[in-house]
Amino acid sequence: MTSVNQDPGPDLVQVGASSDAAADLMASSFSEYLKIVGRRIRSGESGALPVIVGLVAIVIFFQVRDSLFLSALNLVNLMAQCAFIITLGMAEIFVLLLGDIDLAAGFTAACGAVVALWMLALGDPWWAAVIVALAATAAYGALQGIITAKLGLPSFVVTLAGQLGLSGLLLYLISATGSIGVGGVISLHDSIINDIENGYLSPTATWIVMIAVALVAGAILFYGDFRRRSAGLVAPPLSVTLLKVAGVLAAALVVAAVANQNRGRLIVVEGMPWSVLVVLGILFIWTVLLGRTRFGRYVYAIGGNTEAARRAGINVVRIRTLAFMLCGLTAGMTGIIYASNLGSISNGVNGGQNVLNAVAAAVIGGTSLFGGRGKMLHAVLGGLVVGVISNGLELLGLSAAAQLMWTALVLLAAVIVDRITRRGATA
Amino acid sequence: MRATARTPDGLIRQDVTVNDAEPLLRLRGIGKSFGPVRALTDINFEIPAGQVTALVGDNGAGKSTLIKTVAGIWEPNGGEIFWQGKQVHFHTPKEATNAGIATVYQDLALCDNLDIVQNMMLGHEDLKVGLLDEIRMEKEAKNTLADLRVTTVRNIRQPVGSLSGGQRQSVAVAKAVMQEAKLVIMDEPTAALGVKQTALILDLIKRLSGRGIAVLVISHNLVDVFQVADRIAVLYLGRLVKEGPKSEFTTDSAVHWITTGTGPTNNGAEAQTTEAQP
Repeated sequence: MTSVNQDPGPDLVQVGASSDAAADLMASSFSEYLKIVGRRIRSGESGALPVIVGLVAIVIFFQVRDSLFLSALNLVNLMAQCAFIITLGMAEIFVLLLGDIDLAAGFTAACGAVVALWMLALGDPWWAAVIVALAATAAYGALQGIITAKLGLPSFVVTLAGQLGLSGLLLYLISATGSIGVGGVISLHDSIINDIENGYLSPTATWIVMIAVALVAGAILFYGDFRRRSAGLVAPPLSVTLLKVAGVLAAALVVAAVANQNRGRLIVVEGMPWSVLVVLGILFIWTVLLGRTRFGRYVYAIGGNTEAARRAGINVVRIRTLAFMLCGLTAGMTGIIYASNLGSISNGVNGGQNVLNAVAAAVIGGTSLFGGRGKMLHAVLGGLVVGVISNGLELLGLSAAAQLMWTALVLLAAVIVDRITRRGATA
Repeated sequence: MRATARTPDGLIRQDVTVNDAEPLLRLRGIGKSFGPVRALTDINFEIPAGQVTALVGDNGAGKSTLIKTVAGIWEPNGGEIFWQGKQVHFHTPKEATNAGIATVYQDLALCDNLDIVQNMMLGHEDLKVGLLDEIRMEKEAKNTLADLRVTTVRNIRQPVGSLSGGQRQSVAVAKAVMQEAKLVIMDEPTAALGVKQTALILDLIKRLSGRGIAVLVISHNLVDVFQVADRIAVLYLGRLVKEGPKSEFTTDSAVHWITTGTGPTNNGAEAQTTEAQP
C-alpha cells in the first residue's frame, strides 16, 4: 500500500463522513436515531428491542392476573431460577453462531455437576471441585467439536449421540459413587457452592455492587463511543450513548431495589442472590470474547460464510473446536449453578429438555439458528422470557403441560416474527 | 534486464525497480490436465505491473483453469511460473495470497453478517493488548476505500449483506488491496452488475492499475474489456492463441480470435468473419 501511493487523495475523508452516511446510521441527532431504529426494526435488524417489549408485555400480563408476580419474593426467586437457563443459553450461543447446535449440553451440565458434587462429598475443596468439573465438561465439548469439525459431520447428529451417551454416563456416574449417591441423588455439601443460588449479598453490598457494575458498564459504553467520536469514526450520537448508560444504571438500580426488599415472613430476608453476579460476570467475559477478540470475530465469520473464512486464512477446524469447548465449559458452569439451585443433582435431570429450553431462550433473544447472528445478551433476555413464562404460569396454578405448550407458542411466535421481519428485509 | 531498470534510488526497493523490465508474473509452458482432458496447453503469458490485462475466451477455453493455476488452487502439470522474476510453486491459495496475488472470485467470499470493515480486515485484524483495535481498523479501511474512491457506501459499519452488487465487488477488491496485493485477479467482475454499477467497477479497475497494481480480468463482455484493458489475451481450447496490447485488436478481430482461435486474414477478413458467425 505504501510503495505505490502516489495518489494525492484529495477526497480522502469522503467515505465515512459523507452527508449520505450521516443521514443513515450516523445519526447526528436523537430524533434521527429513532427514525433509523424504526427502519432497522422493520427491516429485521431489530436488535434487542422487540424481546424487551415482549418481556414487559408478558410481565404486565402476569401481574394483572396475579398480583404476587411482581412481589420481591417472586422476582428474586425468578432471578435464581433463570440463572441456569441463561447460562446454558450462553453455552449454546457459541455453537449456534457457527450454525451448529449442541444437543448434549444439558447432560454435559448434569455430568459436570455430578463430578463437582462427588468431589465435594469426598471432602475436596470447592475450588478444586469446580476446576475439575469445568475441565471435564470443556474437554468433552472439545471432543464433540473435533469430531464435528475434523470429520465434517453434522453437529446435530454428533451431539444427539452425545445426549444419549451422556444421559447413560449420568446414570453410571451416580451409581458408581456408591453410598454417596443414595437413591440416585447426590446432595450438595458445600456452603459456597450452595450460596451461588441460595446466598444473598447484604443490602448495603447489593447497592454498592450494583451501582459499581452499572458505573463500570456505563463508563465502558461511554468511553467506547467517545473514542470513536473523537477519532471521527462512525458512532452513535451522544444522546443515544447517554440513553444507553441511563438504561443500564436504571436496570441495576431496579434489580438492587427489588432484591433489597424484605421478602421474609418470619425472619428478615433481603439482598441480591449471588447468582445474579455470577451470570453478569459470565455475560461480561463471554461478550468481550465474542465481540473484541479475533476468536469471536472468526466465529461470526465462519457462521456467516465458512468458505470466505477459510479463504481468509482462518483455521476453521480450530475455531469450531474451540467454540464447542467453550460451549462445554459454559455448560459445566450451568451444571454447578443448577446443582446449587436444587441443593443436589439426581439421575432424573431432564437434560434433553433443559438444552432445548436453552436453545429456545437463545433464539427468542434474537440469535439465529443458522449461524452468524447473535449475542450473549440474547441468552439473558430469552432466558428471562422462558423463566418468566414458566414462573408466571406456575403462579397461576397451571400444570406443567400448559407451561410447556405456552413456552412452545412463545418460541414459535419469536421465530415467526423474526422470519417475517427478515423477509421484509430481503424483499 | 536489471540494466534497464537502474534508477537513482534503486538501492532501497530493488524489487520494484526490477519490475519495470521483468514482468510481474510470467508463465512459461504451463499445462494442466484433468485426467484425459487437457485444459491448458503450453501457455506462455506475461502480466506487467500496473497494467490491466483482460483474459478472454469462449466457455471452456480454460480461463478459469488458468487463473486457478496462478492463484494456487491447482498446481500445473508442466511449465514454470515466475513471480517478480523468481520461480515459484504455489501449493495452496494462501501461498499465492501471501506472495501478493489476490483473487476475487465471482462469489466474492464476503461474510454478509459482518460489516465492511470487518470483511476488509478479515484474517488480518489489528490487535491492541490482545483485543481487536476497531478504531485503527476502521481508519485503515476508510483510507483504503477513499484511496480507491469508493464513495458510494453510506456507512462503512453497515453489514455487507445490505450492499448492492457493485458495492460488494468494490469491498472485495478493497479487501485485496488492503492485503497488499500486487496482482489482483478478477473473475467476471461485471457479470452480475447493471450499467451504472459496471461503470463503477471498471473505474475501480483503472484506479488499481493507477496505483501500480497489476489486474487480470476475466470477462465475457468485450465492451468492458475494450474500455478497461491495456492488454488482451485470448484463450482458445486451452491454448493462448493471441496476446498483445489493446491497439492490436478491434472488436471484430477479438471476436474472431475468440470464436475460431485464428486472426482475421487481411484479404478475406470479412468473408471469414461472417463464416465464423453462424
